[in-house]
Amino acid sequence: MNYAEFLGMGAEMTLMVVIILLFIYDTFAPSKCGKYLPITAITLLGIQTLYLAFGNFADVSLFGGMYISGSAEQVAKIILNIGTILVFIQAASWVKDGDMQIRRGEYYVLTLITLLGMYFMMSAQNFLLFFLGLETASLPMTALVAIEKYKQNSYEAAAKYLFFAVFSSALMLLGMSYIYGVTGTLYYNGILSNITASPLTILAVVLFIAGMGFKLSLVPFHLWTADVYQGAPTVVTSYLSVISKGAAAYAFMMVLKDAFGTADLVWLTVMYAIIILTITVGNLFAIRQQNIKRFLAFSSISQAGYIMLGIMACNAHGATSLLYYVLVYIFSNIAAFAVAGAIERASGKLNISDYDGLYKTNPKLSVAMMLAMFSLAGIPPFAGFFSKFFIFYSAIETGTTGMYILVFIALLNTIISLYYYLLVVKAMFLKDSEAPIATIKSDGYTKAVVFITVAGIILLGLVSWVYDYIYGMVI
Amino acid sequence: MSILSIFVVIPILMMGGLFLSKSMTQIRTVATVGSALQLIASIVLVVLFCGERAAGNTAEMLFMADHVWFEPLNIHYAVGVDGVSVAMILLSAIIVFAGVFASWKINPLPKEFFLWLILLSIGVYGFFISIDLFTMFMFYEVALIPMYLLIGIWGSGKKYYSAMKLTLMLMGGSALLMLGILGIYFNSSVDGNLTMNILEIAKNNAIPESMQNILFPLTFVGFGVLGAMFPFHTWSPDGHASAPTAVSMLHAGVLMKLGGYGCFRVAMYLMPYATVELSWIFLILTGISVFYGAYSACVQTDLKYINAYSSVSHCGLVLFALLMWNTTAMTGAIMQMLSHGLMTALFFALIGMIYGRTHTRDIREMGGLMKIMPFLSVCYVIAGLASLGLPGLSGFVAEMTVFVGAFQWDDTFRRVFTILACTSIVITAVYILRVVGKILYGPVQDEHHATLTDAVWYEKFSTITLIIAVAGIGMLPLWVSDLLRDSISVISERILQYI
Repeated sequence: MNYAEFLGMGAEMTLMVVIILLFIYDTFAPSKCGKYLPITAITLLGIQTLYLAFGNFADVSLFGGMYISGSAEQVAKIILNIGTILVFIQAASWVKDGDMQIRRGEYYVLTLITLLGMYFMMSAQNFLLFFLGLETASLPMTALVAIEKYKQNSYEAAAKYLFFAVFSSALMLLGMSYIYGVTGTLYYNGILSNITASPLTILAVVLFIAGMGFKLSLVPFHLWTADVYQGAPTVVTSYLSVISKGAAAYAFMMVLKDAFGTADLVWLTVMYAIIILTITVGNLFAIRQQNIKRFLAFSSISQAGYIMLGIMACNAHGATSLLYYVLVYIFSNIAAFAVAGAIERASGKLNISDYDGLYKTNPKLSVAMMLAMFSLAGIPPFAGFFSKFFIFYSAIETGTTGMYILVFIALLNTIISLYYYLLVVKAMFLKDSEAPIATIKSDGYTKAVVFITVAGIILLGLVSWVYDYIYGMVI
Repeated sequence: MSILSIFVVIPILMMGGLFLSKSMTQIRTVATVGSALQLIASIVLVVLFCGERAAGNTAEMLFMADHVWFEPLNIHYAVGVDGVSVAMILLSAIIVFAGVFASWKINPLPKEFFLWLILLSIGVYGFFISIDLFTMFMFYEVALIPMYLLIGIWGSGKKYYSAMKLTLMLMGGSALLMLGILGIYFNSSVDGNLTMNILEIAKNNAIPESMQNILFPLTFVGFGVLGAMFPFHTWSPDGHASAPTAVSMLHAGVLMKLGGYGCFRVAMYLMPYATVELSWIFLILTGISVFYGAYSACVQTDLKYINAYSSVSHCGLVLFALLMWNTTAMTGAIMQMLSHGLMTALFFALIGMIYGRTHTRDIREMGGLMKIMPFLSVCYVIAGLASLGLPGLSGFVAEMTVFVGAFQWDDTFRRVFTILACTSIVITAVYILRVVGKILYGPVQDEHHATLTDAVWYEKFSTITLIIAVAGIGMLPLWVSDLLRDSISVISERILQYI
């Protein structure tokens, strides 16, 4: 084996260094230095992100074509890193709390290991590496969901997550084994040239999509989502809902495009139905939710449906819109979770009805939450509007009547989603309450994450170079 | 920077100023100065525009500017104005200016109120100056969403319900629009140079006829929802009735015009073939709006509901006249937009002031207000007379032009609808005079009302501004129609080719 090939994996290697450094710091640093762990993690990951963004990377294809990394993968990794940094900032005030103190090292290391798994998943050109990456991303996630292990919710959520993760992996492996049986290879390009539309292939593709559907919480494979999101610590939920989803969406797109191809359009039909179901069911269930975390869980289900629209297009605009959508979604959703988390920590309240009259007592948090809701609903001039428009644009670009209908259904769903996002705004701004949540004194980290995400929500759309940059990298 | 971008920049600066304001005085100063600057800028724009036209500049749009925004998607920030948009900008500036004075004593949260109001105005101005479909659509939605908070927080009555209904229905319209705009874009050219620029799309004229037949209803209904077209008008009465004064003014006065303007500029201009093919459907719907709105106004007892239904009827007339295609009728339509905008704003301002004193809007509980508040009552009579089309005021000029234009068609279908629409004038007189007689004359109904005071200076300022504008159109109709005619005939002739 040529060990120099390892050095070709710039992103993964540097991330591995970050993980090891953090692990050493957590293990050997004197206990009074423990409180600097969050800032160390943020700084190290920040440096690694800068390296990814400005370092000099060549397009590589390593280990006999098993692993590739081009500018598209690079920008996807940068986006995930930005999201992870935001989650880390959000987490900084959570890991200070009594019980979490002794486990904060684990939190950071485990989170970064899942990120490493996602890197591999996105760079894979072979189903083995893809599967390895996927499992590396899923299993530490279970531990993260259960990290508040004395809380029954957290415990229960982890068990659910584990069972679903294992089950979906099994389905996916079954699909992969059929594909191997049909085509005799696990390399994407080999599959692409050998695949034919036999019933066995269709079964394999459907099984694979089902497995990915669990990871991405697409309907009808979404049933674990609400319980896990509700039970997991808020910081973990926000990581789970944006970063995992973004990485899985990108990897999914790579598989569909590079391995299954556009010639045989079986998966397009399956995805067509899944997208309609996902957007509609996610929306309809979100209307009835009282708990803000369950509410955001269903909202994220429907958002995943919109992200999938970018896959349908199978072109450069589709891939760009997908990454851009993920980026905007990272900012909007983390803003929402940051506010919800700050309120939960200060008052323990998680119901939307508890937010009544919040604007009177906590104007800044309310405005941040409102902007997050507007962005998720796709209201201009906030970033969510642009990402929705671009994703619809890329879907319609294919020019088929079916796509027009799909976009029309998605557009009708934006009205439903606007309704429930406005319910949160209504509680905070319109309603009065006898006993509103008292004014919250947020610490610097919470302020920072809210400020950054709100700035992102306002600027990501209006400033066009973000989209131009992603487009330039993807094409 | 183009002179037109000033209309977006001033409100943004105002929002910055408001954000920093600490006291009520500062808030008022920022709002007054900003909106006055806007008004001056829009008057200057009209003068400059007329100057250019007089100097023989016959370009379709003037003061154009174009900046690439999202290059991969060929989205531009492109602005430009013709006579119609100039008139609309002036209308918006007048109403925003009057609206600031009408909400002089807004309570609670004055700062937030003005912030949302100004954000709304950014959307309105941006919409009228844009000639790029994406930019236009973005500004359109920017104008819609502040309504939810403005009605929900500062409104009255069943405000949660109305705010939600209004927002969702209008967003439903914009969902249709988004699909329509994407459809137009992807059919905008035969040689692959797709564009969002309205002028280029019109020049290419490449949208296939089968596509036009799908996209025209999408865009027309999309904008028609905001133009209160039957059966999509139901948000309007509830929304107007619940909204605070300045918001009702801006909404009925300007925002509903966005609908008419959009139908005119996007749906009809870009898809002339489908306009000719499918107009009959929308002619029936708008005809019903005109007729049904007027009748509904007759049986209402709440002052705001009366005006809201009256708006449905008058805005229906706008779309009705646009669908008559000839230059005269379309000029009438735009004049009706101006006239209705000013007059309804005046109505809602007065209703707000009366309600602020009597705390009721039910016409059965009021009477003899002429004795108590002569200034407001006289203004109300003037607004009423303008609404029912008294010569010398704006309503007469507009409706006259519309019906003259509409009557130029000699087929039975249009004749019948024109005559039906004409009868709405009579019905308008019925409900206006009924209200005037009931609340302004006769004995004082409620002895508590006898002690009420008349308008104070800022209220007078607000109403007088609007009355001057209403009378201005009434006195100088030719000047207004000269401003509009060239721009309208371009679109009108384009459609008439396809008959």
